[in-house]
Amino acid sequence: MALSLPAIMKTTAARLSALYLLLFALCAVLLVLYMTSLSARMLTAQTQETINDEVLGLARAYQRGGLPVLVRVVEARSRQPGANLYLIADANGQILTGNVQSLEPGVIETEGWTTDPFSYQRFGEGELDRLRSGGSDQATPPANEGNTPQSTGEKGHNAIALVLRLPNQMIMLVGRDLGEPERFRAVISRALTLALGMMGLGGILIWFFVGRAALKRIDSVSDASRRIMGGDLSGRLPVTGAGDEFDRLSENLNSMLARIAMLNEGLKQVSDNIAHDLKTPLTRLRNRAEATLAGRHKTEEYRQALEGTIAESDQLIKTFNAILMISRLEAGYSSEQTGPVDLAATVSDVVELYEPVAEEAGVALETTVSEAFTINGNRELIGQALSNIVDNAIKYSTDAAEAPKVRVVLERAGNEIKLAVTDNGHGIPDDADRARATERFVRLEKSRSQPGSGLGLSLAKAIMTFHNGRLDLLPANPGLSVVMSFPLRETH
Amino acid sequence: MTAPQPSNEIAYNGSMKILVMEDDREAADYLQKAFAEAGHTAHVAGDGETGFALADAGDYDVMVVDRLMPRRDGLSVIAALRSRGNTTPVLILSALGEVDDRVTGLRAGGDDYLTKPYAFSELLARVEVLNRRASARESETVYRVGDLELDRLSHSVKRAGREITLQPREFRLLEYLMRHAGQVVTRTMLLENVWDYHFDPQTNVIDVHVSRLRGKIEKDFDKPILHTIRGAGYMLKGG
Repeated sequence: MALSLPAIMKTTAARLSALYLLLFALCAVLLVLYMTSLSARMLTAQTQETINDEVLGLARAYQRGGLPVLVRVVEARSRQPGANLYLIADANGQILTGNVQSLEPGVIETEGWTTDPFSYQRFGEGELDRLRSGGSDQATPPANEGNTPQSTGEKGHNAIALVLRLPNQMIMLVGRDLGEPERFRAVISRALTLALGMMGLGGILIWFFVGRAALKRIDSVSDASRRIMGGDLSGRLPVTGAGDEFDRLSENLNSMLARIAMLNEGLKQVSDNIAHDLKTPLTRLRNRAEATLAGRHKTEEYRQALEGTIAESDQLIKTFNAILMISRLEAGYSSEQTGPVDLAATVSDVVELYEPVAEEAGVALETTVSEAFTINGNRELIGQALSNIVDNAIKYSTDAAEAPKVRVVLERAGNEIKLAVTDNGHGIPDDADRARATERFVRLEKSRSQPGSGLGLSLAKAIMTFHNGRLDLLPANPGLSVVMSFPLRETH
Repeated sequence: MTAPQPSNEIAYNGSMKILVMEDDREAADYLQKAFAEAGHTAHVAGDGETGFALADAGDYDVMVVDRLMPRRDGLSVIAALRSRGNTTPVLILSALGEVDDRVTGLRAGGDDYLTKPYAFSELLARVEVLNRRASARESETVYRVGDLELDRLSHSVKRAGREITLQPREFRLLEYLMRHAGQVVTRTMLLENVWDYHFDPQTNVIDVHVSRLRGKIEKDFDKPILHTIRGAGYMLKGG
């Protein structure tokens, strides 16, 4: 994957890596700075203590034998190898004895601790340097003398010192070379640089292995979604099976896509059905009007034609409303409120509503309600579903071999409340036909002669889906049993 | 397009002054014309603000209010009118047809609710029933139409002095028809008011109930009293 730097920085993984890198580096720098300053202070304190000890010893020597003893002790100590510096000068700053050959001007003028480290040159060092630069290459490193710290070249060494004025106005300087603390500081700064470098490398490696892996997954998801947006609605996002966040995300997005595809399919079906089932009656409507206009008719005939037109329009409106309602219920975004519904009361209402129709059709309408059930639902919708089912049952029981009969039974079965409407007509013997009967606009061959939009059972099914229930069509031998099953503990 | 006329033998009881709030120009014109043909006077307001101003100033018998209108929606107009003490009956017209939309509409102060598309005969029947001059019968305990008499307290029905036995639902059906005697009552109005359901039954179950009732109150009597209004519904009217 060839990506330019700005493109890489646009990825969350790279940004996070950079951010972590920066934070860690900042912490490391702060820590190292703190440690350096702490240790530097400790070393300075140690150096000063050493110098104090030396001064004390020299003071004792001076008290013992005055200046000559002091000078002797200083000379003796100067000859010893070590980091200590000794110097005795006259009141004018002329160096008399000690192991310091030269130092920064002005250092010995002020009494007390030197405020800043000063540079100096040890006795005998100048000649050595000159000798070496004369003999060989210029780049030759300066000589190390005893355990004197590494030379800083022409500038000499750095040191701190205590400057004292002796009673006879002579100046004594006792100091210590700073080579050791400086070397320590150098080690620390090298370690710091190395640590920062490692951290940078680590950050890049982390990004490469962790961040880039995540990036790749996200890229595959966005590639897939681009394909899907491009019109391939059957496409799904990749699931690796690792069960991680990305898989969960993909799975959720996939189920969302499945739902969208389902709704889309529903929408397509609705528009197809509208086209098919509303166009036919609309054409009929138009033809009737045209035919009426074409000939000369009596007023009564005009009236009849107009009434027919109105009746047909009403039927169209009903069909249209039913399609809309089914779609809304199936899509699950119907805003219908739910509340307690007394199913037994709904059964008696609907049966009472259809009783005269049944009687007129010569169908016996019987009701068995084993107990009162109250569920959470929408009374209007349940009433409508039941009335559609009872309506169908009455229509289809009229061709029964024996006395036509429709039974409405409300009972508990396991953890469900079943509301079954059973007729003793011919039923739907074919299993496939029975399954198809609840599809929109499906009107099985035998029912073509009956009036109706073919939406009654589809609407009932959608209403049951809305109530988290089921609508089943079962053979009743003879006849058909349409069963509405509500979950017993209904929470909508 | 003309509105279906009631049969000639039926005369509507008085003309009404109706305010129509509807933003669709064509629909509003059609309503105005159709109401005029039915013998009523209709004024049209094309948006909510105009509608509110007209309703607040004029003395209307019934208002027909579209739910979705520019400048101010129907429900807010109704609520504002109600809060100003205006009690004019309101019928809400809406393209939103779910049960809950109806509930919201009625809660906002509407008296009736009709979903688009609707039949004008249905709208006319509902508007005439809403007419406040007709609603005075609510408080009467005995309804009389011709020689038919219904006592709401003792639940008894008599015609020409003869007792008629009715089932409880038949009684409520007749009660509703008598309360709106002389007015067209549609099948959906009966289903809503007598059975408290708002859906369209697949079969015209209401017709069978009405014809049963008709059998009981007209059998053995010379004069028909419960008339079928073609393309619209039913009307109870004494001779």
